[in-house]
Order: sequence, then structure tokens, then C-alpha cells
Amino acid sequence: MSDYSILSLIKNAVHGNEKWERAWRDPVPKKHYDVIIVGAGGHGLASAFYLAKNHGIKNIAVLEKGYLGGGNTGRNTTIVRSNYMLDENALFYEKSLKLWEQLSHELNFNVMFSQRGVLNLAHSDSQMDAVTRRGNTMRLNGIDAELVNREQIEKMLPYLDFSNNARFQIKGGLLQKRGGTARHDAVAWGFARAADQLGVDIIQNCEVTGFKMKGNAINSVETSKGTIDCDKVGFAVAGSTGHLASKLGMKLPIESHVLQAFVSEPLKPIIDNVVTFGAGHFYISQSDKGGLVFGGDIDMYNSYAQKGNLPLIEDVVTAGLAMIPGLSRLRIVRHWGGVMDMSMDGSPIIGKSPIDNLYLNCGWCYGGFKATPGSGWVFAHTIANDAPHELNVGLNFDRFRKGRSVDENGGGPVPNRH
Amino acid sequence: MIRIRCPHCGVRDHKEFSYIGDATKIRPPEPSLASDEEWYDYIYIRNNPKGPHEEYWQHVVGCRSFVKVLRDTLTHEVLATGLPADQLKENYEAK
Repeated sequence: MSDYSILSLIKNAVHGNEKWERAWRDPVPKKHYDVIIVGAGGHGLASAFYLAKNHGIKNIAVLEKGYLGGGNTGRNTTIVRSNYMLDENALFYEKSLKLWEQLSHELNFNVMFSQRGVLNLAHSDSQMDAVTRRGNTMRLNGIDAELVNREQIEKMLPYLDFSNNARFQIKGGLLQKRGGTARHDAVAWGFARAADQLGVDIIQNCEVTGFKMKGNAINSVETSKGTIDCDKVGFAVAGSTGHLASKLGMKLPIESHVLQAFVSEPLKPIIDNVVTFGAGHFYISQSDKGGLVFGGDIDMYNSYAQKGNLPLIEDVVTAGLAMIPGLSRLRIVRHWGGVMDMSMDGSPIIGKSPIDNLYLNCGWCYGGFKATPGSGWVFAHTIANDAPHELNVGLNFDRFRKGRSVDENGGGPVPNRH
Repeated sequence: MIRIRCPHCGVRDHKEFSYIGDATKIRPPEPSLASDEEWYDYIYIRNNPKGPHEEYWQHVVGCRSFVKVLRDTLTHEVLATGLPADQLKENYEAK
């Protein structure tokens, strides 16, 4: 398969764009794979790509129940950032952000990564103290962070509520200029195409229905396309992790919850950055097509339904209007739900499982999209070496048992509070 | 909107309730005698089924009581509700 370039564009334009090769194959599953990744979302495809690229493993399959990128990869609000405070998260997400910065070149696919800056607003003196502390911690970890005051923000984002009537006055905020957004579907497509070029078999419409065990190891995976033998298995199935684990009799420190996201009718450019509200849970950015993309809290009750409920929509919009009163003039044209794997400390789980040759990549809560390349990078390392990368040692499955939770918000073991 | 039948107040919108979570988790009755493994299981491990889920909701803007609810996590349908001590799942499956 040939690379995308200016020459390939010209060549295909001459042929009326009718001779583009397909971007990835549609292979029939083989009898045996060295590694089977379950889930062809961003994380699963990135893991397969880095397994092939960094670790030289060629006999890999990625099994997908539906179509690739059809789960949370295609349902998120596309925000990328690394403004974390605890080392386990901060260093991992910073690695991911560094990979994002080179990703379009690495994959020969434009993921439209746009470092437009992520601004977290602060509305009280205590919140200013908190973002100052976070910003200082980030800078000590070598991550960019800038404290901005009310006047600076008013100049940057005049559409926020700076009136005396604002219920939550803006005091200032923390700006990470290297943060931004990426085109979510392109990330799945780019990783899929690049992994396929390295020989990875991506098998869509192939649901995992069970496992055959040999001692404490998975011998083969039963699927809707037959039984496939394997040496190692990795789960990258986000909200479905609990369901899949139950087929192995495994219970996890995870609850599945539904998170909704929203798109408004398209507008001319108004919101140049990603902005988050400090007095409630609300985050917003503007897509290249002009729609305002925003979201807030999860619906708060366990759910495997990819649909949410109306009270939460009211809740999200209320927070949005408190931040940007002008949103009241807009119509929401689409909203949808995705199933989040909410972990007990709000941080992801990437590492070995209680089963010898099974590796877990789950617990992403609200924030899996930004982790996509980093998650693939360390998960591939963990699978290839049967040992974690230095960046995911602290994010292991056993941390809960040992009382070493990585609780960024200090929310305690209540998954819907993270 | 999910509609939940509170045993004390009748059928109400789920907006009136606060979600508490997995109702199958029981705090070790003798905390000082419980092993680390029992605490780990109680604090961190959840059933998280795809399908009927026994859970607590608190009727915070009503009678403030805890209500046990059997709800399908795939469809959000409320299958049964009762008092905290009721065995909703067993009764529902026996029907």
C-alpha cells in the first residue's frame, strides 16, 4: 500500500479519484495469533500498531464487535491535554501528548491535531489556589502550564460571562497551550491503516463470545467468526470491560456509566480554544465544521446503554449557560451517549490481570481519547514484555488491593464522582 | 426519564432520587475482624452487570429513604423496587 503524499493526491486526481486503494484489508481470521487485542477503537488499534512497530510482533489480530472506531472513539468530545497533578497520571498523559504532536507524521494520516490550548476556569480564591498548585506541579514535571488572570481571559475569550450578574465570577484560570483537539475518527482510521500496513489483521463484525482456558491462561478466544487460538490477549474495550471480564469470572474495580455529548448547529468561528467551567462540570470547543462540541457529567447511574436521559441534558446546558450566556440562542442538533468504564479512583488501569496471559486496558472514565497514543504505547510494551512500561507501573490493576489508588480529585472510591 | 416506584411515596421521576449504587455490597459486620481481602471486595469491587442490577437510590427530595431498585442497565427499565432488605433479584427471577 502506498503512502499518502502530494504526489498520490495529484495522481489520483488525474484518475478522477476512482483508483484510491482501500485503506485497510478485511481479512478472514487465521487459526492462531501471537496477540489478540479485543476492541478496535483508538486504544486497541494503537496498541496493535505499537506492538508491530516498536516490538516487532507481526502476528496480531484486533477483533471488533461492530465497526472500527464505532464506540467511544467516535463518540467523545475530542479533547487532548496533559494537565494532571499526580505523577502516575501526569507523566503518562504527557508522553501521550508528545506522541500526539508527531502522530500525523508517524501514521502518514492527518489526525488534524490542533494545539489550540485548553483553559480551565477558576471562580473563587480557593480555586485559584488549586489551579496555581496544579500549574506549579505540572511545570515541575516539565509540562507547560500558564496561570492567567481575569483581564487576560476577558481579552482572549470575550464571550464568557464577565458581567456583574454572572453567578460564578471568573477569577482566572490555568491554560495549557499545548493541549487542544484532534479529529477523533481520523485517529481510529490512521491507526487502523498504519497497523494494517504492518500486517495486523483488523477483523470487524467479530464479537468475542467466550474463552477457552488452559490452567490460568486463555488458550483460545471464541468469536462469532469461530474459535481463534492465541498466546496473549489484551482487552481494550472501555465500557464493555466489565461484561467481557464476567465471561472469565473476573470482577473489577469498575462501574460502567453513560456519558452524553452534544453538538450545536454550526456557527462561524467563535470558540478558539477548549474551555472548561470551574463551578460545574462543562467543557466546550468548536469543531472545524463550526458546531460547538460540549459535554458535562455522566448520567450518574450504572448503564451499558449508549443513550442518556433528559435531566442530565438540562444539567449540562445550565452549566454551559452560566459560563457562556450566548449559548441560549443555539439549537442542539445532535446528542449521543457512550459507555464509560469508571474506575474506583478516576485513573486508568493498564497492566497485567489475575489471568496469566491477559492484559487489561480499561478504567478510562471521562478521559480515554487524549490517552490514545500513550495508552497504545505502554500497553504494547506491557504485552510484549509481560511487564509494565515505567509509565504505567503505578496504573496497575493491583493498586486498589494495596491501597495505592491514584485519586486525582480526592473523590474516594465512588466511581460516579470522578 | 426513569420512573422509580418509591415504596413510601409512589412512582416518581428519577430526578427526585440520588443514585447510591451497587446494593449487593454489604459492609463487613465486624470491621475489626474483616480481612484485607474482604475490605478490598467491599470498597473497590463491583458487580457491574450488563442487564438486571440491584442498586440503591435515595429519595432525597421525597421521603429521604433508601429504595432498592432492580433495573436493567442495558435498557434502563425498572424491573422492581422495594425496601432495602427486599430480595428483588431472587423474587424477580422466581416469577
